[in-house]
Amino acid sequence: MKQALSIKNLRKTYEGGKQALKGVDLDIEEGEFFALLGPNGAGKTTLISITCGLVQKKEEEGKVLVQGHDIDIDGDDAKVHIGLVPQEINADIFEKVEEVLYIQAGYYGISRSEAKEQIEMLLEKLSLKDKRKSKVIELSGGMKRRLIIARALVHKPTLLFLDEPTAGVDVELRHDMWKFLRELNESGVTIVLTTHYLEEAEKLCKRLAIISHGEIKRLGTMEEICNGRKLEDVYLEITK
Amino acid sequence: MTPRQKYIAFLTIFGKEVRRSLRTWKQTFLPPVITTSLYFLVFGTFIGSQIKAIGGVSYLAFIVPGLVMSTLLTSSFQNMLQKFYFLKFQKTIQEILVSPMPAWLVVFSYLSSAMFSGLAVGTLVFCSALFFQPISVAHPLLAILVALLTSGFFALCGLINAIYAKTFDDLSIVSVFFITPLTYLGGVFYSVKLLPGIWSKISLFDPILYMINALRYSILGFSDMPVYHSLLVIIVGIIIAFSWILYLFKTGRGLKA
Ligand SMILES: Nc1ncnc2c1ncn2[C@@H]1O[C@H](COP(=O)(O)OP(=O)(O)OP(=O)(O)O)[C@@H](O)[C@H]1O
Ligand SMILES: [Mg+2]
Repeated sequence: MKQALSIKNLRKTYEGGKQALKGVDLDIEEGEFFALLGPNGAGKTTLISITCGLVQKKEEEGKVLVQGHDIDIDGDDAKVHIGLVPQEINADIFEKVEEVLYIQAGYYGISRSEAKEQIEMLLEKLSLKDKRKSKVIELSGGMKRRLIIARALVHKPTLLFLDEPTAGVDVELRHDMWKFLRELNESGVTIVLTTHYLEEAEKLCKRLAIISHGEIKRLGTMEEICNGRKLEDVYLEITK
Repeated sequence: MTPRQKYIAFLTIFGKEVRRSLRTWKQTFLPPVITTSLYFLVFGTFIGSQIKAIGGVSYLAFIVPGLVMSTLLTSSFQNMLQKFYFLKFQKTIQEILVSPMPAWLVVFSYLSSAMFSGLAVGTLVFCSALFFQPISVAHPLLAILVALLTSGFFALCGLINAIYAKTFDDLSIVSVFFITPLTYLGGVFYSVKLLPGIWSKISLFDPILYMINALRYSILGFSDMPVYHSLLVIIVGIIIAFSWILYLFKTGRGLKA
């Protein structure tokens, strides 16, 4: 199996001295649905942000390969494969929902006519059809979340990072979203999910890593890590 | 990205930003036109009639290139500064940093859209001057070239300012302490040849003096210094500013944590 993401000895110290990652090794195979769990401040967002080019990484701070592309060498090729649903909603609040998606396509060099089919599908699947002409500022929190999920998928990435995608989404929609993500994964998209809802990880993911204070404490399949116990108990034991 | 994909990405940013400037025309285009029209009226028509001709043209005609230049450069600078700072502040810059667009393409696309606004304002101001004083442009192609280069240079400066800015307060420093004084001391309202010895020497360190004089030469046919001096100063400025920005993108300074 080919690796969708390969991270070797990744370290990151922020300006001001905070060491957010202390030598992380992580390999994720193509087609996996992987959970990255850990308490607040563990380094999950930092790891994802470095991979996506949002947080600066020096060459000596480790290696990150996305579908075989080293982000320090051919970062732009790596980025073509990545879709990111950031933890903090960052869509342009004055733009219309539909327009956010077309603009996103444009950033990847996809023309409006080429993007149309995919965008219609996403508006449909993420129940945003009747909001397509609304400005982002007029959406509720859960709708904004769904919009940034749609936005991350416009260019058909093969590796999708979901940084707490279901925070603030109601129960019913969360179930719809799980169904959607599962279908997406079955269609071949590798997914890396962070979440504080452990049952979400249990439902969706086969393999997971538990990260705490910038280090991976456990890595393996759900069965290996739980070994017959409840994930919550194992998690609390590791991260306390 | 293929050249075609780059072209689509360019059009996306350019189109989005130009549409936004046009939509907010009351903020983008109207204030500079009203302000400079007042200058033309007060300094040109009311006071200017008391001042003797400079270089064979009326005082009003003399100040037109300087005022066009000063609004052009201020608009280009402010337009880029506000656009890009807003992008950072709202974190929408992340969409762009995550995308495969190379840094130069992002800079070039934003640059083009800020130049569009700057040049539109400059053109409107020039047209409003024609209401007060008919002027025939001596070297029209040169005038366009000078306007393009100056607008580009100041848009790039606005981008640098936006990248370094951490708070809203940081948005006014460059404009208040550098651009405004250098513009007013750059010979908008006078010829540096008329200044007493030391002042005319000091003025030569003011880059905006060269830009104003380049436009004055293109429009009126005379200036305080040879036009190629002015063009050289602007082109060197653009190369430095562009390289500086690419360096900032590469190292992530002010853009990434
Ligand atoms: N831009 C930044 N500058 C300085 N320190 C930062 C920055 N971003 C994050 N940190 C610090 O790095 C550490 C890891 O943060 P990170 O956001 O990666 O955690 P996380 O695992 O995503 O947490 P959460 O579950 O709360 O989202 C924290 O201690 C945080 O304070
Ligand atoms: Mg986080």
